[in-house]
Amino acid sequence: MPRELTATLGQLGHGLLLTLAMTALAFTGALLLGVLLALCRISPVPPLRAVGTAYVTLFRNVPLLVLLVLFVFGLPDVGLLFSLFLTVTATMALYWAAFVCEVLRAGIRTVPLGQAEAARALGMTAAQCIRCVILPQALRSMVQPLANVFIGLALSTSLAAAVGVAELTGQTEFATLKYDDPLTGFAATTVVYVLITLSIGLLAGRIERRVAIRR
Amino acid sequence: MSEESRLLFDVPGPRARRRTRIATGASLVVLAGLLTLMIRQFAIHGELSAAQWSPFTQWPILRFLLTGIEQTLLVTAVAAAIAFPLGAVLALARLSRSRWLRGPARVYGELFRAVPLLLLLYVFLFALPRAGVTFPVFWQLVLPVALSNSAVVAEIFRAGVLAQDRGQAEAAYSLGMTYGQAMRWVVVPQAVRKLLPALVSQLVRLLKDSTLGYVVSYLELLHKAQVLGEYYHNVLPAYLVAAACYVLINGALSRTAGWLEHRQGPQ
Repeated sequence: MPRELTATLGQLGHGLLLTLAMTALAFTGALLLGVLLALCRISPVPPLRAVGTAYVTLFRNVPLLVLLVLFVFGLPDVGLLFSLFLTVTATMALYWAAFVCEVLRAGIRTVPLGQAEAARALGMTAAQCIRCVILPQALRSMVQPLANVFIGLALSTSLAAAVGVAELTGQTEFATLKYDDPLTGFAATTVVYVLITLSIGLLAGRIERRVAIRR
Repeated sequence: MSEESRLLFDVPGPRARRRTRIATGASLVVLAGLLTLMIRQFAIHGELSAAQWSPFTQWPILRFLLTGIEQTLLVTAVAAAIAFPLGAVLALARLSRSRWLRGPARVYGELFRAVPLLLLLYVFLFALPRAGVTFPVFWQLVLPVALSNSAVVAEIFRAGVLAQDRGQAEAAYSLGMTYGQAMRWVVVPQAVRKLLPALVSQLVRLLKDSTLGYVVSYLELLHKAQVLGEYYHNVLPAYLVAAACYVLINGALSRTAGWLEHRQGPQ
């Protein structure tokens, strides 16, 4: 293997690690925040609902790149300076949390109203009804949409390259400029991204089949 | 009471109503505290001073931003004009009975949905010029956006056609229509009508993707905000104004999509 190629692949490997780390951290953050937002939006407390709705409207309609430049280049102006990696990951978590929240709500809405009414008629408390009747059904219908969010998030981590994070896409660009060999880098990176999305899709399909209720 | 809360909670009694009132008060206090903290942080660092925001009251600056919005809309419209027909053709190819059409359309779809837009953009920026193919800046932005969105649009179209009642196509065949005629006169018109909300929502994504003009130095809204922010040293207000514009435009598009869906009524 020529030296340049190994060097390129080594660089891409570093980029890949960064991409995976960002994806994992941002998705965890987005899940946590998304659950919190969904709780706000379905709670009977009006201010919390308003905040949840406003958050989702704002963050679903702002392009991620705008958020990234806003947080990376704008926040230091108000004295909030964090490491680049942390800022970018947190921004992605904030952005995708809005989508997670909507997935969760849509999932809950797939449960027919009769299910909750039946549970109440059996004398279940609100907590029992949610835990034993609604959530088990709602969670199953969320698997595929959550996987789509996960794939979208994994692909969107590439935008971090636009604000200076040397993750997979960024490293590919460096390698292209450095070694005068655009094809290898882009081909390798494309394969990696295809592998990432395919494996997430496959995993989601397996989970979905695993938890499916056979009637 | 919204649909979810009717599902999750019973009609509240007096005790639950009191608890809700207490929670309302407490959350209002917390939210007001957070807001004050934010405003204080802005004020301490001088981001609320008139100098930071006054450029946005001057007409030349506003015109500069408005032309940015115009460019953003232009990129979105041209990209949509390419992506939607291309997506429709790809979807028809994937649904066709010929294996030689289905295979490539499928590979195209899987590939372009799996490649991040920025990577595709870098291909147009760095790889293709090496191979001697150079596009003007406008097309360096529009083509990747259109290519990557066409794959998504194809998926939307295909799902719409597949979701249609089989009886429609079967009835068309039994009237003696060929496959092409059935598609053209019966299946596709119904699918498009049903897909209209999804296609309008896709415009939101196209508009978001147009922000990558920031990377190729095409003067759309985000890039113009950057130029302004660096010139007047008010990066934060400039980006906030840009973000507000995006929220307004995309919000209007999302609302249109919601309205279209609502007009169709429950299926």
